[in-house]
Amino acid sequence: MLAKIHVTLKDGVLDTQGKAVHHALNDLGYQEVKGVNLGKYVEVQLDGLSQAEAEDRVREMCQKLLANPVIESYRFTLDSQE
Amino acid sequence: MKCGIVVFPGSNCDRDSYHVLKEILGLDTEWIWHKEDSLNKFDLVVLPGGFSYGDYLRPGAIAKFSPIMQSIIKYAEDGGKLLGICNGFQILLECGLLPGVLMRNISHSFICDTVPVRLENDQTPFTSNSSKGSVLELPIAHADGRYFADENTLKELEDNDQIVLRYCDSSGVVSDENNPNGSLTNIAGIVNKAKTVCGMMPHPERQADPLWPNVDGQIIFRSLIQSC
Repeated sequence: MLAKIHVTLKDGVLDTQGKAVHHALNDLGYQEVKGVNLGKYVEVQLDGLSQAEAEDRVREMCQKLLANPVIESYRFTLDSQE
Repeated sequence: MKCGIVVFPGSNCDRDSYHVLKEILGLDTEWIWHKEDSLNKFDLVVLPGGFSYGDYLRPGAIAKFSPIMQSIIKYAEDGGKLLGICNGFQILLECGLLPGVLMRNISHSFICDTVPVRLENDQTPFTSNSSKGSVLELPIAHADGRYFADENTLKELEDNDQIVLRYCDSSGVVSDENNPNGSLTNIAGIVNKAKTVCGMMPHPERQADPLWPNVDGQIIFRSLIQSC
């Protein structure tokens, strides 16, 4: 099973990297770009868990380590085929 | 006063800290390897600067799970004095022993400089050997030094006098121009409510050897000796 996790900055937290990339894209001529948020993508390979168990365990992993709850939020999907 | 310095894989300011505590100030000082599962009796524990675990994921994020941290958290909860310098400050925040977070500098670059900081509170064991309003010159060397906390946390820090150092100019004026990294209200160092745990981004151990023209960093350590 593969957990596909996105960790992003919460609303209201200044995303300086996102801003820098936004300006860079505008400078490259992509005037249509109105906002950029940079986050982290994490893939975690899991073994021997049911879907429900995996959901609980991955949520714990996000809360304990993968995301800093002061400034980050997370979402994930579980892919049982991979 | 007995001091312990935790060494994580990737810590690199542990030797400077040891040199100042043991060789300059003559204190009984020991290394604490991050894998130890118990702590000897200490009056001061230092989490030194550096790049524990390579700053992987987030600075300090993985160090908080080193085996020794359980004992350190208990030691802090029991009132033991704990000083986190730079990466050490990052670890204290990740553990929740101090509130808030340290983010990438607003300039996106690593800053290596000696800057003035103003002492905001002289009523803590880390700052008593000085007076409120004093300006110290301390080195900073970091890419992730921008202190951030939400409104409620900032208000608590202010109401409880938990802010101990702020970036300023050489005459002590705190303003955006003298904020090297975009830290919230120029915060460079804070303490917990009990004033027993302190985290700071500047490196007092790099400004404490009398071979240097400036020993402002000694203030932090002499305050701790005084309070012991």
